Amino acid sequence: MKKTKKHKIKTSPEAGSDNIIFNRPVSLTNAENHFCAGCGHGIVHRLVCEAIDEFGIRERVIAVAPVGCAVLAYDYWDFDVAEAAHGRTPAVATGIKRVRPDNIVFTYQGDGDLAAIGTAEIIHAANRGENITVIFVNNGVYGMTGGQMAPTTLAGQKTSTTIHGRSLRREGYPIKILEMLAVLPGAKYVERVSVHSAQETLRAKRAISKAFKMQIDNKGFSIVEVLSMCPTYWNMTPIQAADRIKNEVATFYPLGVLKSC
Amino acid sequence: MAKKILMCGNDACGEGAVLAGCRFYAGYPITPQNELTAYMAKRMYETGGVFIQAESELAAINMVFGAAAAGMRAMTSSSSPGVSLKQEGISYLTGCELPCVIVNMQRGGPGLGNIAPSQGDYFQSVKGGGHGDYKIMVLAPSSAQELLEYTFLAFDLADKYRNPALILGDGLLGQMMEPVQMQPVDYNPKLIEKPWALTGCRGRKPNIIKSLYLGDGALEAHNKRLQEKFKLIKDTEVRAETFHTKDSEIVLVAYGSAARIARAAMDMARDKGLKVGMIRPITLWPFPEKLIEDACNIAKKFLVVEMSAGQMVEDVRLAVNGRAKVDFYGRMGGGIPTESEILEKIEALV
Repeated sequence: MKKTKKHKIKTSPEAGSDNIIFNRPVSLTNAENHFCAGCGHGIVHRLVCEAIDEFGIRERVIAVAPVGCAVLAYDYWDFDVAEAAHGRTPAVATGIKRVRPDNIVFTYQGDGDLAAIGTAEIIHAANRGENITVIFVNNGVYGMTGGQMAPTTLAGQKTSTTIHGRSLRREGYPIKILEMLAVLPGAKYVERVSVHSAQETLRAKRAISKAFKMQIDNKGFSIVEVLSMCPTYWNMTPIQAADRIKNEVATFYPLGVLKSC
Repeated sequence: MAKKILMCGNDACGEGAVLAGCRFYAGYPITPQNELTAYMAKRMYETGGVFIQAESELAAINMVFGAAAAGMRAMTSSSSPGVSLKQEGISYLTGCELPCVIVNMQRGGPGLGNIAPSQGDYFQSVKGGGHGDYKIMVLAPSSAQELLEYTFLAFDLADKYRNPALILGDGLLGQMMEPVQMQPVDYNPKLIEKPWALTGCRGRKPNIIKSLYLGDGALEAHNKRLQEKFKLIKDTEVRAETFHTKDSEIVLVAYGSAARIARAAMDMARDKGLKVGMIRPITLWPFPEKLIEDACNIAKKFLVVEMSAGQMVEDVRLAVNGRAKVDFYGRMGGGIPTESEILEKIEALV
């Protein structure tokens, strides 16, 4: 890779000098990641770690990683992690948080994990008002398995299992799981954000921080949906994929706070 | 004098868990094990533990996964159709080497079947149950007293080997009320350190609980470690009861409820002067194959009695390995063999 900046990326903030304006979070390991070019997961991983560093809770955190593109999260995060069976992520988090209420427990799930195979688990974890944080990365496609239709795939979107585009008649409607969760009294903080631009990424960061703060303050279940790019299975360049979120995805899945108690 | 309490097997099982230090239970209603869930709801409240009525069997076993990963002694229970749903979780728990206890109060199958007692889940329990190469320890109590004692033991075994343990009962054992002695043994659970547990990484490197091994040869190496552990369990933890095996030409083999009935039939046969003995496996995995092999030195015939179409009989045949005749008597779909039916089979073998 061509080096364009004179600044070195340091791994620990205390080792910094005046030149350093952008550190890698302490909670983020320096492992080489497996994500495709233009994928949003790397950004969301980083935002989660930034929030954890800012609250100084790295040593209290227990994360639950999903099955899907983020399955290797434990390689990138420098705190305790459990890997859950597909979709059972909120149930595993429930078990951990109930026996360790002083730890900070969060799940990191994709749209297949959370909105298809794990629909029951997320709804009931929210409805019980589990004091956990959920980071829900929605890229509208199954990335890990080769780009199949997700429950969140938009109408007309081509995937390997909807080769002529998702037909509402045949495959049903893209599911707005956040809107479903927001009506549950157990869900205390529900927000949808995106990482398609620097501006939206900053908003996403604020939402993720708020979701952790909710848990730290014992306020109950919080979930942040992050609209994320999958250039590989959208058959787009990273820039086209970011534009698609702005022009298409975010018009169907509107950004903003759905609920904040 | 130690206190005796009249309680149903399901309650005795729950009390065994509480005595073992189990402070996390997640379950979902299904007959004939509902008393156990209700008992745990009450006892977890009283002991400051966690009780969750889960939205499904899948959620329940995965909540147990979470609690076990966090280092807590945790249990779930169900009956046959519900235990089928838990198999995914049991495979993950074994792959991640997480200790926990699962209770199956078996009912008639296949499918929704009925709510009568059955032993139709033997294969599922001892041969793996879910996907992948794995074993879980399976204990088969035959009374309310043993439900208490073996559930207690199951927690120690699970922790010792970092492996799930299963209590295989049935609707008859779960529902039947019997006097249970509350302090027959020294109830000091062997609570061991769990440095692998997820507690937050203060003062140590992060702990990871996972069953995914993608690197070249990594999963095979993991499997080899697991198999070494299973071999150690097999060499160390076999438990069985034997009756008159020193002088018997016919040896009955039965477990759980069926063993109690078979034992009565054995007594009736011996009253008639017939040389009949019995081997009652207490651990179904590891299976007491050596005991059965040794019994072949004297016994000419085996009669396996089960409340199934014949499942454990296959393991008996493997252990006997052609050295004696192995016959089978079973009832299915909630049918329970009677002493006289078994006696009749014994007399036909003589």
